[in-house]
Amino acid sequence: VSLHKPEIKLESLKEDIKDFLKTSGWEKKLQNAVYSELNVFPLPCHPAAPPEHIKEPLAYMRKAQGSWEKRILKSLNSMCTELSIPLAQKRPVSEQKELLNKWNEMGTDEPDLSLFRPVYAPKDFLEVLMNLRNPNYENGEQPSFRNHLGLIQVPLKVKDISELKEDFSELGLNIGQLGIDDSAQVPPEFFENEHVRVGQKVLAEEDSAAAQQYVRQGCPTALRAELWALILNISNQPEDILYYEQLKSNVIQHDLLVDSLIYKDVKLTASNDDYYFVFEDYLYQVLLCFSRDTSVLEHFTYSSATPPKSYIQGKLGMEEYAVFYPPNGVIPFHGFSMYVAPLCFLYHEPSKLYQIFREMYVRFFFRLHSISSHPSGIVSLCLLFETLLQTHLPQLFYHLREIGAQPLRISFKWMVRAFSGYLATDQLLLLWDRILGYNSLEILAVLAAAVFAFRAVNLMEVTSLAAAEAVLADLSTLKVMPLLQIFLFATVT
Amino acid sequence: FGIMAGKVKWVTDIEKSVLINNFEKRGWIQVAENEDWNFYWMSVQTIRNVFSVETGYRLSDDQIVNHFPNHYELTRKDLMVKNIKRYRKELEKEGSPLAEKDENGKYIYLDFVPVTFMLPADYNLFVEEFRKNPSSTWIMKPCGKAQGKGIFLINKLSQIKKWSRDSKTSSFVSQSSKEAYVISLYINNPLLIGGKKFDLRLYVLVSTYRPLRCYMYKLGFCRFCTVKYTPSTSELDNMFVHLTNVAIQKHGDDYNHIHGGKWTVSNLRLYLESTRGKEVTNKLFDEIHWIIVQSLKAVAPVMNNDKHCFECYGYDIIIDDKLKPWLIEVNASPSLTSSTANDRILKYNLINDTLNIAVPNGEIPDCKWNKSPPKEVLGNYEVLYDEEMAQSDGPERDPRGRAGQSAGAKGSRARDLGKPVLTTWK
Repeated sequence: VSLHKPEIKLESLKEDIKDFLKTSGWEKKLQNAVYSELNVFPLPCHPAAPPEHIKEPLAYMRKAQGSWEKRILKSLNSMCTELSIPLAQKRPVSEQKELLNKWNEMGTDEPDLSLFRPVYAPKDFLEVLMNLRNPNYENGEQPSFRNHLGLIQVPLKVKDISELKEDFSELGLNIGQLGIDDSAQVPPEFFENEHVRVGQKVLAEEDSAAAQQYVRQGCPTALRAELWALILNISNQPEDILYYEQLKSNVIQHDLLVDSLIYKDVKLTASNDDYYFVFEDYLYQVLLCFSRDTSVLEHFTYSSATPPKSYIQGKLGMEEYAVFYPPNGVIPFHGFSMYVAPLCFLYHEPSKLYQIFREMYVRFFFRLHSISSHPSGIVSLCLLFETLLQTHLPQLFYHLREIGAQPLRISFKWMVRAFSGYLATDQLLLLWDRILGYNSLEILAVLAAAVFAFRAVNLMEVTSLAAAEAVLADLSTLKVMPLLQIFLFATVT
Repeated sequence: FGIMAGKVKWVTDIEKSVLINNFEKRGWIQVAENEDWNFYWMSVQTIRNVFSVETGYRLSDDQIVNHFPNHYELTRKDLMVKNIKRYRKELEKEGSPLAEKDENGKYIYLDFVPVTFMLPADYNLFVEEFRKNPSSTWIMKPCGKAQGKGIFLINKLSQIKKWSRDSKTSSFVSQSSKEAYVISLYINNPLLIGGKKFDLRLYVLVSTYRPLRCYMYKLGFCRFCTVKYTPSTSELDNMFVHLTNVAIQKHGDDYNHIHGGKWTVSNLRLYLESTRGKEVTNKLFDEIHWIIVQSLKAVAPVMNNDKHCFECYGYDIIIDDKLKPWLIEVNASPSLTSSTANDRILKYNLINDTLNIAVPNGEIPDCKWNKSPPKEVLGNYEVLYDEEMAQSDGPERDPRGRAGQSAGAKGSRARDLGKPVLTTWK
């Protein structure tokens, strides 16, 4: 608008536009958008690389993911046939009206979900990962301390402690952290006050990259919602709200089979959780819309997963009649709703909550339930966890293995859920601060190992898997930052 | 004689495991009411008898009871309101800045009880107020009942016709205090979380009223309504929507026996800090502490500050959507029934910490002691107000916002080991 001036000179137009972009804040917005893309999309690779290599470079991983997807889809289809429920159908008008009225309180609905079962649970997925093998790698030796004693038997490269120390250097002992240096015994002048001041400055600058660096030391609770939105580049513009409303109307008009799976999952998990039961209704509002959001399909270009395809009745195999099912290509599993639940503590406006969740999913969470070689993929996280434990707590690892309590069997569910539902919410948020800050999920594996290290004394005394599970059943009193700091920086290696 | 000497002898007429387990773990000995006892945890009916003019008896120095003789000055809805109104008028008369009013004539610092009238005594005053806002909703509560019994909402004068003093159809015996009701302006804009209405239950221990010494239990909780809150008039009859008493919620279809519809106060704090900011959250909790202390100060002059007594109250507070807390009522006998496993643990610990303060070292009490327990025994209590300390020079002050002024400033499940905070107000 300020460019509609007669004083505009052609000679200085280029500089004038640059200045205008700066002063209007658009330069910052563009920078943030570019930064966001850099964080999310993989680096450009060889020009001759086919698209499936961008999804997943290793052929055997692609194959394994493909088989796993076939299994899931088969399970879904058979449930569909057994219960004689279509995958999708249009709702009659009366039902549409009812749902619209009930939109804010779907939790009070009590549909009969007894016949539905989750398509899979984390432990089913673990079995698949355990059987992954690289056909080019022949390891004829018996498992021993010279190789890997854990459940994951694929030769992926994972970091060792010295590399992790470098990567996570901001978590070092002599650097202030929220989650440690803001505790009751520490005067706020020592670290907290200054950290809050810097955080406010970062928000004022609206700089995504600076925010990402900042949150490595933790977010002050009052600033967290805005900082995460800045890092994820979510601004909740009118068009975003409109998009969400459009998704909502899709939900009203069409009923999907996965809706029942979502209901069941929420009822089984979040509704029974001491922290998250309050937000039950928000979870439906987010997840039902999520299932219908075709923009989520974009993430499949860099995910090893491929969205399931379904064909219009009678047109099997004809590509023109293929649709992705569900529309966003993501089939929820047991515990899926726990990815959304913690976010309800930060965002109470449904469309913003939705966008934050969607972005968290396409940046991070999708890696926790697909088979890939990516360093933040669940396979690498499992291997990282087992390697850390075997290297730094060999006695404990060996003991647990001997009594039939492979550590991964216990920690797998923590990592798949990014610890949601296992840690106290304030601790979980401190952990997710670092996921965002480092743009990596590796911290989940480090924390899992740190938890075992913390409870090592008790674990050395157990003699069964059940007893080991019991020692690690309740993580709700754990403080994550001291655990991480001690494991990374104060453990004798 | 022998090993039995020196052990506290206890009696109770409330058969709750959270109580009895606490007595037994201290090695105390159960006796009958008519025997020599040191500690009697009594129901409110019993306290009436103990201190009644006709049937009462003198307590000796080594006997302690868990109620003040006239606790009802605080715990009966009509008397609480009466005492607060009296207290405000007195402050106003003496020109205290606390009694300052705004341009609409509302107390700035002491407006924390919703507008309330006694029925049928104040019926006409109520009608006058009602007509100022004819679309408002009012809540009728019987003075002497608990657990949400007998409560109903009205939005039309016709619904309470029979409480009119002139009413010929009234079979009402206006003198009978048992039939008395209070009618309060219903807070129809409560703060909603996840779209749900909730109230706060906070435990406050008073060891003496003059000087006032009171402690707040850090582990209070929020009680959520299982049914979505709507202010719509058609839902007035649905008590599941409006009342948060667990006794009522428990019978709703959606009641969950794992979490019991309860949230810790630290969850509330985390949620409010995250969504509303730290300053307004701190202000809210400061105000909550303030209104509790003011309510105690209001009744302190009329309380029988019997040295044999202490009392643990259950405060019910509602927060509205402007983050203003309102005092709804104070319970003399907060429920010791546990609705979930977490609940049982909380109440067990509550009694434990209460006993540690009220009966020092678990030994035979001497009611002449100074009622100043050392910091180490407070457990999950923190000092809310200590009048003696407040009046002496150089009161101890902890850095603000550090240990926090309320339950669990850090929003974590673990016990907050923060130092007790002494709040001093002019």
